[in-house]
Amino acid sequence: MVTIHEGRPGLSRRELLKRGSIGALLVIAGNAVISPENAWGLETAALKPETMATLIQMARDIYPHDQLADKFYAVAVKSHDEQAGKDAKHKELIEAGIADLDKRAGTGGYRGLGWEEERVAVLKAIETTPFFQAVRGGLVVGLYNQKEIWPVFGYEGESYSKGGYVSRGFDDIEWL
Amino acid sequence: MAAPFDLKNDDVVVIIGSGAGGGTLGNELAQKGIDVVILEAGGRYEYDDFINDEWDSFAQLAWKDMRTTSGDWRVAKDFPNLPAWIVKAVGGTTTHWAGASLRLQEHEFKTLTTYGKIEGANLLDWPITLADLEPYYAKAEDKMGVTRTNDIPGLPGNNNFKVLKAGADKFGYKECHTGRMAINSQPRDDRNSCQQTGFCFQGCKWGAKWSTLYTEIPKGEATGHLEVRPNSMVIKINHDATGKVTGVVYADKDGKLQEQKARIVAVAGNSIESPRLLLNSESSKYPHGLANSSGQVGRNYMRHTTGSVYAIFDKPVHMYRGTTMAGIVRDEARNDPSRGFVGGYELETLALGLPFMAAFLNPGGWGRSFTTALDHYDHMAGLWIVGEDMPRAENRVTLHASEKDPHGMPVANVHFDDHPNDTAMRDHAYRQGAAIYDAVGATRVFPTPPYPSTHNLGTNRMSENPEHGVVNKHGQTHDIKNLFVSDGSQFTTGGAENPTLTIVTLAIRQADYIAKQMAAKTI
Ligand SMILES: Cc1cc2nc3c(=O)[nH]c(=O)nc-3n(C[C@H](O)[C@H](O)[C@H](O)COP(=O)(O)OP(=O)(O)OC[C@H]3O[C@@H](n4cnc5c(N)ncnc54)[C@H](O)[C@@H]3O)c2cc1C
Ligand code: SF4
Repeated sequence: MVTIHEGRPGLSRRELLKRGSIGALLVIAGNAVISPENAWGLETAALKPETMATLIQMARDIYPHDQLADKFYAVAVKSHDEQAGKDAKHKELIEAGIADLDKRAGTGGYRGLGWEEERVAVLKAIETTPFFQAVRGGLVVGLYNQKEIWPVFGYEGESYSKGGYVSRGFDDIEWL
Repeated sequence: MAAPFDLKNDDVVVIIGSGAGGGTLGNELAQKGIDVVILEAGGRYEYDDFINDEWDSFAQLAWKDMRTTSGDWRVAKDFPNLPAWIVKAVGGTTTHWAGASLRLQEHEFKTLTTYGKIEGANLLDWPITLADLEPYYAKAEDKMGVTRTNDIPGLPGNNNFKVLKAGADKFGYKECHTGRMAINSQPRDDRNSCQQTGFCFQGCKWGAKWSTLYTEIPKGEATGHLEVRPNSMVIKINHDATGKVTGVVYADKDGKLQEQKARIVAVAGNSIESPRLLLNSESSKYPHGLANSSGQVGRNYMRHTTGSVYAIFDKPVHMYRGTTMAGIVRDEARNDPSRGFVGGYELETLALGLPFMAAFLNPGGWGRSFTTALDHYDHMAGLWIVGEDMPRAENRVTLHASEKDPHGMPVANVHFDDHPNDTAMRDHAYRQGAAIYDAVGATRVFPTPPYPSTHNLGTNRMSENPEHGVVNKHGQTHDIKNLFVSDGSQFTTGGAENPTLTIVTLAIRQADYIAKQMAAKTI
């Protein structure tokens, strides 16, 4: 099972530096991917934590929304860890896919590429592969069906309990 | 009270499916004192049970049993196992539907005569005319409480409509209004008025939108002549040595096979399941499936020429607030071949929530071009194109050669290739839709590909000549007197209008015919 821990992961800044940071934000500690700035961590069970960290970056590069924190991308891809735990084939699909991404990216690996354009170029080259399609397909629901992100996009969700919009602005447009 | 009928009771009319066609037919017959059993594959969820959440509601109501696809339509690539977005539940797709209720136009009953022979299209005139249906259309509009008929006022326009209306006016369109909707603009028929909740596609929790679930079905049940049996998936229709149908075999809620005897069987499972069931009921007497001497069962599958246009503005819209289909432009619905295609189309507002927008705006799309569209979700307005598509013999529902469902019934394959007329119409509609939004300052527009089919039509079509179709002008199969088709699969051609009002109209008319034939003992 993957758990997303809220709150301080409990590593000192020194310790974090010692372990080395991945990308700008995410840190690998034991079997977890940790975001020290934002106080969450994600423990992996089946996939390597490095793989998970790359998946998170890949998820952002597929559906980049600069106003969304990494945490939402982490939640969106964590099902791959769960599935990998149950299905060796899925584990292989993801691990091999990420290894391939790193190889294509060159020495620093996928996360070592500084510009989104560089990473997107790598993704473009593999966009028809089952690996890419599995990750992208999973994100459509995994990312956009998180209720916590809806307000960021101005979507208000459930409305019945509030009496619908009949007196809450269904026709409040003013600029026409 | 709902009347439970015995499995061996061979006096009952068995209806397969409880949606627009089946639910209406069931109530109409019950009102006449005829005993009816409706077998419905899905469960029964009352309107309190509906969920204001797109994916959760989809999981609750949608038909998710395996289907396959083939052909050049984009749905086959994007949603290979979801050719249609329809419902498996009591009430059928009238739980999901938006409520747009338009009559077909006169010429749409006579397409072969009006458009002439078109290469690659299997056009045919209906065996009935608009005049034949008018009295029944009037009954259907009254039953469903359609706005702008029977002195029922139109619905108020929401934000999405206001953008459409302003654009259509500037662009020069003349007929744009909040539509003819089977949604209460004021309390009627013991149902609420619309509270502009914005989840029409997820089942109306107020009951403001007409659905057989909370209109026809309880009314029929109250007569004591109607039983609705949910979680009952019919897999075969039986017949005797003379060829008359005698009952149906269905898998009950525990998966056990049961046989319900019947005097008459009416198939109303929507245009994919209805032909699937007829084909699967093959026998030594009917080796190509029931009612299929013409070879037309499953053919001429139509889904309307559709697509959407979404547009982003520099100021907020909040299109998702209020009725999902909140208004219409009818100026392009006429037949005017000078536009480069025959037939016409309607433009109707449509809004999806963020989760469905992500899934349907550009299926398979990714990267900033895609995500910057969603970033402006609350600045978006949108419309849906619904136009007449060409019936084609090869666009068809067939039984899959190897894939089977858990009851051992072959799954349906849905094959569809766009006709050049469909493509020309869609492209025209994309341009007109974009022009409407450009007229009010859209900063970016999206010609969005068709969703999985919501309007499924034509696979058991009506014809004068038994060689050209499956049923006669009453929906009675040409081959078997006591076998009827009661859903949208009867449509000879699709017209430009959303089909449900016509499905309900045909069901009311069919009930009169069945009652008369039963009284005359001809069936
Ligand atoms: C999102 C959406 C919006 C729509 N909006 C509109 C609109 O605004 N206007 C309009 O006119 N139309 C609209 N439609 C279309 C409309 O809902 C359908 O045209 C209409 O409901 C079809 O009626 P039907 O009787 O053919 O089938 P359905 O209403 O689909 O009913 C068929 C029923 O049969 C059951 N069934 C199938 N096979 C079996 C079997 N073997 N045994 C037992 N039961 C079976 C199914 O479970 C289902 O409940 C919309 C559809 C969708 C999905
Ligand atoms: S908008 Fe109106 S019709 Fe649609 S679900 Fe809400 S109350 Fe029902």
